[in-house]
Parts: sequence; C-alpha cells; structure tokens
Amino acid sequence: MTIRTQVIPDAGAKTPVPALEPLLFELARAGRNGRHVRSSETPEIPGRFIRKAPLRLPELTEPQVVRHYTHLAQLNYSVDTGMYPLGSCTMKYNPKVNDRVASLFADLHPRQSYRTTQGVLALAYELEQMLAKITGMDFVTLQPQAGAQSEFTALLVFKAYHAKRGEAGTRRRIIVPDSAHGTNPASAAMCGYEVTTVKSDARGNVDLDALKAALGPDVAGFMLTNPNTLGLFEERVREVCDAVHAAGALVYGDGANMNALLGVARPGDLGFDCVHINVHKTFSTPHGAGGPGAGPLCVKSHLRPFLPKPWIVRETEDGPYHYDTAREDRAPAGLGDSIGTIKQRLGNFGVLVRAYTYMKTLGEEGLVETGRDAILAANYLLALLRPAYDVTYDRPPMHEFVLSAAKQKKQGASALDISKALLDEGFHSPTVYFPLIVPEAMMIEPTETEPKETLDAFAAAMLRIAERAKTDPAAVRDAPRHAPLRRLDEVGAARKPVLRHKADG
Amino acid sequence: MGDNPYSPHTDADRKAMLERIGVRDIDELLGAIPKDARHPKLGVAPGLSEMEVQSHLERLAKMNTTAGDGPFFIGGAIQRRYVPAAVPVLAQRGEFLTAYTPYQPEVSQGTLQAVFEYQSLMAELLDMDVVNSSMYDGGSATAEAAFMAVRITGRKKVVVGTEVDFTYRRTLRTYSRGPQLEIVEVPTSQLASSADGAACVIVQHPDAFGTLVDVRAIADAAHAAGALCVQVTEPHACALLEPPGALGADIAVGEGQPLGITMSYGGPHLGIFACREALVRQMPGRIAGQTVDANGTRGFVNTLQTREQHIRREKATSNICTNEALAAITAAVYLSLLGPKGLRAAARAGVARAHSLAKRLTALPGCATANDGPFFDRFTLRSEIGGWELRNALIARGIQVEATASHYVDGRREGRDDVIIQCTELITDADADALVDAVAQLARSGETVAAR
Repeated sequence: MTIRTQVIPDAGAKTPVPALEPLLFELARAGRNGRHVRSSETPEIPGRFIRKAPLRLPELTEPQVVRHYTHLAQLNYSVDTGMYPLGSCTMKYNPKVNDRVASLFADLHPRQSYRTTQGVLALAYELEQMLAKITGMDFVTLQPQAGAQSEFTALLVFKAYHAKRGEAGTRRRIIVPDSAHGTNPASAAMCGYEVTTVKSDARGNVDLDALKAALGPDVAGFMLTNPNTLGLFEERVREVCDAVHAAGALVYGDGANMNALLGVARPGDLGFDCVHINVHKTFSTPHGAGGPGAGPLCVKSHLRPFLPKPWIVRETEDGPYHYDTAREDRAPAGLGDSIGTIKQRLGNFGVLVRAYTYMKTLGEEGLVETGRDAILAANYLLALLRPAYDVTYDRPPMHEFVLSAAKQKKQGASALDISKALLDEGFHSPTVYFPLIVPEAMMIEPTETEPKETLDAFAAAMLRIAERAKTDPAAVRDAPRHAPLRRLDEVGAARKPVLRHKADG
Repeated sequence: MGDNPYSPHTDADRKAMLERIGVRDIDELLGAIPKDARHPKLGVAPGLSEMEVQSHLERLAKMNTTAGDGPFFIGGAIQRRYVPAAVPVLAQRGEFLTAYTPYQPEVSQGTLQAVFEYQSLMAELLDMDVVNSSMYDGGSATAEAAFMAVRITGRKKVVVGTEVDFTYRRTLRTYSRGPQLEIVEVPTSQLASSADGAACVIVQHPDAFGTLVDVRAIADAAHAAGALCVQVTEPHACALLEPPGALGADIAVGEGQPLGITMSYGGPHLGIFACREALVRQMPGRIAGQTVDANGTRGFVNTLQTREQHIRREKATSNICTNEALAAITAAVYLSLLGPKGLRAAARAGVARAHSLAKRLTALPGCATANDGPFFDRFTLRSEIGGWELRNALIARGIQVEATASHYVDGRREGRDDVIIQCTELITDADADALVDAVAQLARSGETVAAR
C-alpha cells in the first residue's frame, strides 16, 4: 500500500492517507468463504420456481472483508475525524452512548403485541411530548423516516384538512420561497400540487408583498424554513403567517434549521401550523453516510385529526400504553380523518431512541445552551471570515451563515475551487452553490460542538485560501492534491453511466 | 459552561468569542425574533449524566419482551436473522456512521465505493440492471415504484395484489392520496386479468403469507396491456428462487432489513429499489456511479443527479434526500461475509424449517395450512381456535406469532383468520417443539370448548 501524508492543521499531526481499495469482486476467488451460517437441508421447492439465473456474488474470507471495509472507512471524512461545516446539515457530534442504548431495542419486531413492547411505547410517548414542548406544538407523529417524507406527510395532512372544509378541489397550489431547500418544491409536486416560488427581499426575508400577491383562494399552504437557508431569522415571521392564514392557507415549518431555535424560540409561538424535526440534525443522531434519519412531524391541534395512524394512547396515568385501534394490530376501525399510514407503527425507532437519549442527557438547560452556542459559533466564525469574503445579506445570522466567493471567482478561484482547497487543509467543505439566490454561495454551519481552537483553525484555512486566490488562483483550482483522489469527472459519469460492477467484465 | 455536556466552550472562550463578534451577550444577536417569543420555558426535565441515562434506558428496555426471549415466529418483510459479528463492527465504524451524504467525493470514496458495491451485489441477486443507493423501506419503495410507473405510462391506475404485505399497501394508499391515483386491489390470482389501463401491476413473490406466485404470467399480461410489472421481493428468497429480472419484472422493490440489519421495532431499514436500464432516468433516489479522477484513477460519484430534488426541484423524480445509505452498506457487508453459499444456506434453513413445521402442525386435530399454493419460508396455519385467539394464547405462553387479522387495509377484512409462521435459520429444534406442543394443547382444549 502506498502511504501519503496529510497535514491536519486542527490537530497539527501528520496522518497517513490510505491508498485506494480494489472492489470486493476483484478480491474474490471462487471457493473462498466463511462459515457464518450453514445448512445441509434440501428444501422442497417446486422446480419451476427454482433460480436458474447464476448467482455470482463474490466469495471472500472474513479477514478479507474486514480489511476491505476498514480500508474503505479510512477513505471517508466524518464527524468522528474532523469538523464538518456543511450548512443546513447540522453536523454536530454524535454521542456514543446514544448508539449503545439503541442496541437495547434492536431485537424487537414492529408486529409484536403492545403487551410485549411497553418500554418502546413509553419511550415514544414521552418523546412525542418532549418534541411538542420544544416546538410549541400540540401533537406529534413519529412515522416519517426523514425530513422529505415529513414534508410529504404534512402536505397530505394539508390536503385532508382542506378537503374536510370542502376545498379539496380549489386549493391546488403550494408557495415556497426562492431560498427553499429542493425537497420543498419536490414534495409539493409529488403530492399533486402546483408550485409557486416567491422571491426574497433585500434583507434576506420572504418578500411580503410578493407573498401577498401570490396568495389566493387556490393556495393550500406556504412552506417556510426559519431561520431560512441564509441562516437568517425571518424578521416579519408573524406577518407572514398572518397573511397566509388570512388567505385560508396553512404554514408549514421546515425544521431543517431547528438547531438555532432550541430554547431560543418555538415555531408554535410564531404562527406555524406545523413543523418537522430532522432528528439527524437537531438531535444528534448520526447521518450514516446519507441516512438513516427520522422526521417527526409536530402539529397544532387543528391538524391532529389528519395525522397518520395509529396513535399511542394511554387511558389512565399508570395504565398500559397501546395503539388507538379497536383491537390492537388491526388497522384503526375506520381511519376517521387520518391520511392513513406512512410507515408502520413508530417510523425509524432505532434513530428515535438516540434522539430521545440525547434530549434526556441535555435536559432543559442543555437544550437552551445548545441553541445559544450554535448561534455564538456561527457569529464568531463569520466575524473571523468577513474580512476576506463577501456577505450578501449582512445582518446577524443564527446558527449558520452564507458567504459569497464572487470576489475570489473574479480572481480565478470559484466556490467549488475553495471547497476543494479546504479538503487539502484537512477540513470538509461547506455546502456550496446553495442557496441559489447567493452567487458563489458557501453555506457554513459550525455547530455548537466544535471548540474555539477548531473554529480558529478553520478560519485560518479559509483565510489562507482567500490569500492564495489572490496570489496563485491556479493552485486553488488544482485542489485537492492531498485527498485520496483528485477531482472526479462527474460529467463523464453521467454521460456514460457505469452503475454496477458486472461479473462478466 | 456545563449545561450541555457536548459543548466545548469555557467561560473564557465564550468571552473571547463575544468580544470578537462585538457584542456583550448572545441576546444582542436575536433582535429579529419577536420579543415575547424569545427564551420560552420548555418544561423538559433537567439533564442526566451518561451513567444515569444508560440506566434509565436499560429500565425502559426491560419493559419489553425481545424476540430472543422465547420462540419467535413473527416475520414477513422484517425478519429475525443471524447477523455475523463482523457486520456491525464494520458497518457501524465512525467513518461510515458519522459521515454525511457524499457531497465531496474526493473525501467520501469509502461511502461511494461501498454503495456502488451494494448496488452491484443487489443487482446480481435480483438479476436487475440498476439498483439505486436505497429508499427508506419496502413500503415507500413500493409507493415510489407505483409513482414511477405512473410517470412512465401517463396512466393513473395502479393494480395491487391483496397478498402484498399490508403495510406496503397502506403506505401505497396513503402516498396515492397526493396525486390522487386510483388504487385497485385484487387477489393475486386476478392480477393478470386486471392489467387493462393500469400504469403497473404490483405482485409480491413470495407473497405476504409465504405463497409462491407465478410472476411470469402476471408480467406477460401486464406487458400485453402496456403496463409495467412491479415485483415486491425478499433478498433471501432471491438466492433460491428465480429472481425478478428473470421473471419479467420491470421494477423490483423490497425490504432489505433481513440482510444483517437489526429489526429495531421497524427501522431504520433498507428500501431496495431496482429497475431495467431503459427506465433509469425515471428512477427515484441517489445512484452511485463509476468514473475517473483528473489523473485517470478509478473513483466513484453520485451520478444522474438531474433526476434529483436538489437540482430539479419540483421536476424531480422524487423528493427523497436523506436515504438509508448506512443500511445499504450494512447489507453489502452481510452479503460479502455470507457469500453465495452462506446466503443460500440461510435461506434453505428457513424454508426447510417452515416445511417440517407445517407437516407437524397439520398433523394436529383441526389444523391445516391455508396458503393458496406451495410456500417458501412462512405459511399460514388455520385452526378451529381462530387466528387471533391462537395468537393471543401463544403470546400468553411466551411464543410470539402474528395473526392474519393484522392484514386489513382500511378496516376491510380479507376473509382470513389464521396465524402466520415465519421461519429463518434462527429457529431452533426447541423453538419448533415448543410451538407444536403449545398448538397441540390449545387444539385439544379448543375441541373441548367446541364440544361444550
């Protein structure tokens, strides 16, 4: 294996970067295998059903598999290895105790009786209550498995709410701001709505006049992220919500940036009808290289009848928890006004256990400190970086902020180039080219768990890169030079897709 | 300092940071928030130490009866299977567990290659051209398959077999309220004759009750009617049974949890999603692809992203963003450890156990299997006791099974009152004996009740 070295400024240490790893299929040799499971049985399956297609899975020994995945792991950047300032992703530290206690609930099947799962139901019931308190809402469903599925769930709820009021046919549009995450318009379209985009004003707020002009009797709802994707708190949030309500529509809160509001303000006090929670952001559950997440939806009581079923109920203070079904395990005797079921029972329970554990660990004071520290870190980092980079919407941000590399682009180094140069400095890159309303956007979210010295080291790296953009932009364009690979050809990948290894070559 | 155990800031740090910002207090930065909404009292209990929280969670966990506490025959989409020791050790490594979506491929090759390998392994197992990097679960994968078929055909009718897992059908119905699709449920035996005007026909094989289904005839009928064939499948079954690609399925979906992923009361799991190459541009979700770097060295990236929400917004093929990448990596580790021999062995053990148990149980008075044909590794047991009562009586004896009464959609009964017996390689001789003994006892006392 060839070893290259990479300087980690954060730690000041030299760490070897491992060489690339062959594919599983290239390591395999026919005849190799372990003995994890064996069976001498010859089952009775009628011949016409038996597999005739070859099954060319790789044959490997356990030590080979262990080294393969260990080497692959070493090629990854992660929160466990360094600061991960991806804006809107809230890459805070993921506490290890949360993973350990989740394993206590691993050997449970969702179709077990309520009688054998009282611990699950007690935990979920308390979690729903905590989420309601933190968001200022009344009721919670734990079913959605991610933020986008929660958006879709909420839009189904909106549809059912309007249908109940005899407006199913007329309220066909959903409004989103131009700063919205792509999932918002995508969820609306998937739910059968037309999408109208409204622009932002000069202070990075929703343009209230544009919103009012877009509102009408055909609008079902407005989707708002607050703080928005610029990291800015919506300055006239109550007027925005009032305008939407006056038109008979509902306000959806995209909770992607809820970390900023922990103990600082509650969406339920600001005029939102509902808000989703990305527990894999706000409540520290690990992102798992892209997932799993969990996306509980918290609603005001007027939307409760439409939430997915079943619901956890408890008849008396000390009685057993069960589902609100006539006979347990059956679909509710008549769904009532509920939209149905998004995911059996309690969604991604293994993720929810981690979030619950985190909230129990932090408690009231810890949750409050989290929001305030997230805001402190973002404002501090912005103060360090402001001398070198443009700030398009310049007012105090909440938990994240957006810089523009427009100046550096003119010098010859784009936001993309800067993001790659950061990899050579030992840091992950910010979110780039989002939100779409800032040219050469770099969206930075440090989170509350990075110490001041790491924030300082990150800022120093960003300032070094800005300096290099002035003096030697070609060097910035040439990055990364010290990552496991140089820049990858994404255009070629899409033009001639190779989406799997084929046994034949 | 000290209220959040994961906060690193000392008092001196905070002071220095505020000074640099140019404010005395964080509150000076919160001017945009309505005054009366600031600093709400949450009403959450004070925080616990790690030791306290561990013991609190242990107390809650002890209130459950786990699958391993006694004979366990509940299964279906989610199955209790043997997980090799190396699976969690590798898949839960911090570099996979705490990474984000691979937006910077140069420092995410571990994720991207592992996901590419997952896609390759799964494509081989299903005999399908393309597998995406994961959906949330089998249910949402089924609903997304229907949406994809609607996009491709321009039709709004979806025909689904009543022997498709009831949780998938519920999710499908719920999702379909958005674009207002027409969902038609017919018995699997009538799927082939119900394809006219449909965007797709959805068949499960082996079905929710374990019965083997002639998918090829249904796929042929669907194609003749201009509809797609969506097959819901299970990964272990594909090791022994002709896979979806060989049966004519255009889209194959299923739950990947049995591939080394814990049951965890329903999630996080793994939505498997596969299709034919010609349909890939309508596929939902992320897909990893092979490419080269600036030096010509092989590497991997997320590709065909113009289908996705962050590029196409309301024109995307799906709203999915966060997926189940870690579960896909887990499944790949599991498959690479078991290999073809191990996977077949695990599948064979379950099938053989189900068939030997069925023989013993149907020898008992008043007991019979109630499958519509030959079955795989689970079967329905009909008895004079009734499925729901038998299930409850077995739970009272520490034996966990599922009743078909659960398989209602929107409260509509489907004419079955049986129990379902799922077998995997983890069912022991003692488990099987315990079930047979208990049913024998109950069947005898049931006769007494009937005679009275």
